[in-house]
Amino acid sequence: MSANEIPSREVARRVFADEFNDAAFTFKESDDDRAPVYLLLPTGAKANRVFFVGTLTEKDDVGEDNEYWRGRIVDPTGTFFVYAGQYQPEAASTLRDLEPPAYVAVVGKPRTYETDDGNVNVSVRPESIQVVDAATRDRWVVETAERTLDRIDAFDDEGNEYARMAREEYDLPIDRYTESAISALESLEEGDGDELGLDGGQAVAPEGSAEDADLQPEP
Amino acid sequence: MSDLRTHAAEIAEQFSDHLDVEEDEVEERLHNLVEEYRVPIEEARRSVINSYLEEAGLERDEIGRGGNDEVHLADIDQDEQWIDVTAKVVELWEPRSDSIAQVGLLGDESGRTKFVAFETSDLPKLEEGAVYRLGNVVTDEYQGNFSVKLNKTTSIEELDEDIEVGDDAITVEGALVDIQSGSGLIKRCPEEGCTRVLQNGRCSEHGDVEGEFDLRIKGVLDDGEEVYEVIFGRDVTEDLTGVTLEEAQQMAMDALDTTVVVDEMREDLLGTYYRVSGPELGRYVLADDIERLTEPADPEAVLIKARSI
Repeated sequence: MSANEIPSREVARRVFADEFNDAAFTFKESDDDRAPVYLLLPTGAKANRVFFVGTLTEKDDVGEDNEYWRGRIVDPTGTFFVYAGQYQPEAASTLRDLEPPAYVAVVGKPRTYETDDGNVNVSVRPESIQVVDAATRDRWVVETAERTLDRIDAFDDEGNEYARMAREEYDLPIDRYTESAISALESLEEGDGDELGLDGGQAVAPEGSAEDADLQPEP
Repeated sequence: MSDLRTHAAEIAEQFSDHLDVEEDEVEERLHNLVEEYRVPIEEARRSVINSYLEEAGLERDEIGRGGNDEVHLADIDQDEQWIDVTAKVVELWEPRSDSIAQVGLLGDESGRTKFVAFETSDLPKLEEGAVYRLGNVVTDEYQGNFSVKLNKTTSIEELDEDIEVGDDAITVEGALVDIQSGSGLIKRCPEEGCTRVLQNGRCSEHGDVEGEFDLRIKGVLDDGEEVYEVIFGRDVTEDLTGVTLEEAQQMAMDALDTTVVVDEMREDLLGTYYRVSGPELGRYVLADDIERLTEPADPEAVLIKARSI
């Protein structure tokens, strides 16, 4: 890349929590130190940035000397973990001030972390966290289902290099993501869009979401 | 078809009513000039056309008429095409070079396109707001943007009609994922015709100046596939945030800090979905119109698709 060229901004992928948490493989597409790092999504796409909307169900300051906020943000398929510290001052202060439960929209970068037992945990380093309303959350679920299905649709296309990569790196059956997209959409229909029974950004955690504490990745 | 072949075909077509010109022969003459003598293709064309004109005993403006396609501005998608257009002069700009007689924006029902007329062509001046039929103009391309060049052979006929100029506005939808620096309450250079945004009270052209307050947002809309950089001017920003320029100045004075304005905008606007329409300018969409997408999302269509996989 020449010095004058303005690098184009990385798109914010739409991905449900279950697929995001299944991802573990990261890669760069150039040798440049500052080249973007991509997380390979199991349905065959590269993600240097994600945008998601869900329910903030818990927040904790897990820092020792400095504040380091961890938030659990739940979508219809699972839980996103976000970590914000002194280098993400705006997101950290939003987490500090927020009272769960609340609907939040997050823009951020995927981060991977290898645990002692060799598992890779995926979390999000937020660029911004904002409180949003139920309509925005529902719109995100529909949009994310659509984007996920588009990726699944293109998975067997010839020349889909990220799908080829996903096959090599993960060897996961991608049907599961079709199923979780369907159940995410169905959850909207059943609840008529306000199944959480609240608006204005306040919400109750869906059942079962707060119990899998052992899945929490460490920073 | 090779470029030369395309040019040859056009030239042969131009002379089809006057001479028995074979495409192959034209191509060979072009080829000779371009490949052997390193003449730029436009010059080669000119030279070949001139020699045929002489052969046929014609004046330059006797050919080309009727041979060209009448093209809508928005349909121009190729470099170096000879076309006719009927268009209104939407704007005239200040020429930046002595070699340019006139430069500005033409518009027709389909959209707008830049035009240039050169001093050497010695053409009658076009007037802003008037509608003309321009015969024999050449298309030009720079970084993916097309324009038309008037030239010596261009015929200019003023028409007694008006054209409703279409805007080539695009509409984009997505989540607002970022508000960039240079947004919120800003100061612009007050020098006549400058309006540059000041950095720390300085204009990059005029140095330290007493700036004039303005409101704008440089935002990023993202639909998960594409990123759109969007600029909201003062009116749209005021509409969207419900904060007027006066109120924003008051907020900044109370806080002794102008950044409180953009901070509040971030809080209000980020993470929500919008539909924006407006013309494209370089890498930006200039938002004329913005709508917050609040209607309930409809999962039905996507569900049908999902179940069909």
